[in-house]
Amino acid sequence: MKIVIKSFIMALKGAIAVNTERCKGCGVCVVQCPTGVIALNKNVNTKGYNYLYMANPVACTGCTNCATVCPDACITVYRVKI
Amino acid sequence: MDVNDIIQPENKVYGKTPVLTDTEMHYCPGCSHGVVHKIIAEVIEDMGIQDKTIGISPVGCAVFAYNYLHIDWQQAAHGRAPAAATAVKRLYPDKYVFTYQGDGDLASIGTAEIMHACNRGENIVVIFINNAIYGMTGGQMAPTTLIGQVTATTPYGRVVELNGYPLRITELLAQLSGVCYVTRQAVHTPAAVRKAKKSIQKAFENSGQRKGLSFVEIVGTCNSGWKLSPVEANQWMVENMFPHYPLGDIKNEELGIKDWLKQ
Repeated sequence: MKIVIKSFIMALKGAIAVNTERCKGCGVCVVQCPTGVIALNKNVNTKGYNYLYMANPVACTGCTNCATVCPDACITVYRVKI
Repeated sequence: MDVNDIIQPENKVYGKTPVLTDTEMHYCPGCSHGVVHKIIAEVIEDMGIQDKTIGISPVGCAVFAYNYLHIDWQQAAHGRAPAAATAVKRLYPDKYVFTYQGDGDLASIGTAEIMHACNRGENIVVIFINNAIYGMTGGQMAPTTLIGQVTATTPYGRVVELNGYPLRITELLAQLSGVCYVTRQAVHTPAAVRKAKKSIQKAFENSGQRKGLSFVEIVGTCNSGWKLSPVEANQWMVENMFPHYPLGDIKNEELGIKDWLKQ
């Protein structure tokens, strides 16, 4: 039996845009981020919630995990191949 | 590459679907209702049935669901959403009709309506959010509350001798012949959200093919009612809710009701 392992190197780079006024700072996305990109800001929005921001933007791969679990649909994900 | 170079319209891979309105949801931070609204909206967008879908909103936290999805809605009396959905579906047989109900609505006051809608095999979709508590009224005990769970009306935990056993209504409804698809899902991780989305899509497709009633239970959290943070509530759900409410398909009838009757 022949096992073929296809290995390819493809770098993905991503970024998120957060609708900070819609964000309620629940933090369910923060624990789902596999690369530890996102965190809750020390500053608050007009409702008093600590909104989401990219604390470590270079590590983002644009995997869409954070946007998938976001209950308020306030995250937009962008991704490029390099 | 700078973040601002990546954030360009041509690089967008995921964002808010236009079926969801711009109204900010009134739900507590981290509530499962928001995720379920979002995946229903995405399914409606993917199937291209926005102008053919009619939702029936319940009494409970999701009573304002009509503010959040750009589709036609009808609000029903407490627990009577399946009866209203029956009427809508029979008057407009080519529309996709779904009800969106919580556990206090469906498993308590609305048990008779859901039982008979399931038994009649109406071609509707029922989305059932089970968070084991009455969320809107302040966290009282629901029929689905777990044994030993502390709520506003069971401050020392639910006791079997006094309050009975947690109601597994999804397994109960799976016994009825009019139901073609029964599943239990959750929305606490990205993988679970994607599975739940597939289930809801299958339920809507069954409705279009007139196979019978499709029932999708979503085990959700109520972090305000459970007195936990959103992340802790998700962990509590995995540790305590899933042993009693195991995830997965309970019934998946490939045959339609009419085919089943011929056998």
